[in-house]
Amino acid sequence: MAELGTVGAALGAGVPGTASAAPATTAPATKVPARHSALVRVTHWIATLCFFALLVSGIELVISHPRFYWGETGNDTTATLFKLHIPASRNLVPTGYGYVLPDQNGWSRYLHFQAAWIVILTGLLYVIAGVLSGHFRKNLVPGGCDLSWRTLRTTIASHLRFARPSAAEAWSYNVLQRLAYLFVIFVLFPLVIWTGLAMSPAFVSAVPASVTLLGGQQSARTLHFFITVALVLFLLVHVTMIFLAGFWSRMRAMITGRVSTTGGNT
Amino acid sequence: MSELSRRKLIVSGLAATAGVAGLGVAASMAQKFGLVPPDHGGIYGLGETLTYASQRLLTRHSLAREFSPSQISKPPFANEIEPPTAEFKRLQAGRFAEWQMSVSGMVERPASFSLAQLKSYPSRSQITMLQCEEGWSYIAEWIGVPLSLVLNVVGIQPQARYVVYYSIEPDWWESIDMADALHPQTFLAYGMNGEELPVANGGPLRLRVPRQVGYKSVKFITHLTVTDSLKRFGKGLGSASSDAGYAWYAGI
Repeated sequence: MAELGTVGAALGAGVPGTASAAPATTAPATKVPARHSALVRVTHWIATLCFFALLVSGIELVISHPRFYWGETGNDTTATLFKLHIPASRNLVPTGYGYVLPDQNGWSRYLHFQAAWIVILTGLLYVIAGVLSGHFRKNLVPGGCDLSWRTLRTTIASHLRFARPSAAEAWSYNVLQRLAYLFVIFVLFPLVIWTGLAMSPAFVSAVPASVTLLGGQQSARTLHFFITVALVLFLLVHVTMIFLAGFWSRMRAMITGRVSTTGGNT
Repeated sequence: MSELSRRKLIVSGLAATAGVAGLGVAASMAQKFGLVPPDHGGIYGLGETLTYASQRLLTRHSLAREFSPSQISKPPFANEIEPPTAEFKRLQAGRFAEWQMSVSGMVERPASFSLAQLKSYPSRSQITMLQCEEGWSYIAEWIGVPLSLVLNVVGIQPQARYVVYYSIEPDWWESIDMADALHPQTFLAYGMNGEELPVANGGPLRLRVPRQVGYKSVKFITHLTVTDSLKRFGKGLGSASSDAGYAWYAGI
């Protein structure tokens, strides 16, 4: 796959060819179908903003008690599962640091839950539209032959070599990408919402199984933290791949919907 | 093409009108059914209203989880508290015999209760979790009298919507809606784990609201006011913690 030398030209020259192979429309020949539908682009950026809001406010909330436990309860007098060696925003927590950070939990909690609402509603819209429009079936569920060990091995190998993606990948996701996106959308996001709700004393009063299945309220908090770490790792890989593939062309595709043809010989 | 875009324009215009009308109806319904929190203004009002409205609809009658005696945290955890005022120390020196909790506002028979009077009512207990918004938690047995019993004694007027409650310590007050005030697990707690409620945990009298996080469970209760509006209290946001930037509703 992806021969480094040909990629630059392929990205430029190859794309219109790929585009014309897309379903023929009555639109003028100059009109290339959008790489990402408007709905995917808008929901992607709303989710991005919300994710950063949730991450910043979440980190802030952890600072008020950077200790993690397993089971139902945990506090300064109980054993921890692990602790983060950072200063805290509360006097109460023995951190070993000689100072206490200012309390920012008021706006952090407000922002965390507001961003959660917006991203959950956006995510619902995305999933419902994605099922109805066939977005998941067409663009994200790997084709049968893609799931063969041979294809998987080749794709993994090219990733390990940090090879730039092939031209076709400007128009379609490779198998690892598909699996990663599906995992984030249908496993990590639902889990992070579930573990978040399982920390709510009101929510668990109505749905007690939501927390008992996780092993307790402190377990839910710890799992919420681990799933966040997994989401941050995904984000790092995601952004790294965008840089490898060509930052501006991928950004343009996700903002305007058009695949970059600059730098090519068209 | 222009035919199509005109149709698109009309359809999206209609959809937008229906959307705005729908939002208007939703907002007035939310007001009518008491689903709008006092701190609904400002940039976080949307999220706050969605949280309060959805949790209120979901949890109107649900009970906070109760635990078995073996799950009680030993020792019970005590949060740090401000040094007590002179008035508190005076009452403490008298073993709280003179502690009074007054009830005023939209009630038929305003009254004041001593601890002995509160303890003369049938006592109830619950083993529930106190969880702080910071992240720590503990489980304890809370012994006391349901707030609803005291509210029945004084007789709340039909227009009552909130109960505001005050600590003896300055600038420490909160409020809850009637769904929480009349909830069977909302206790005026005077005991813990079979003993007197320690001062460190809010003794001699703490209002326990187990379906909300810890800061709604105010320590050292001396006064309750029943009201139909929170506008005249503090900045009108419903509690001292809301005035300080925390959400009024803390079910999450």
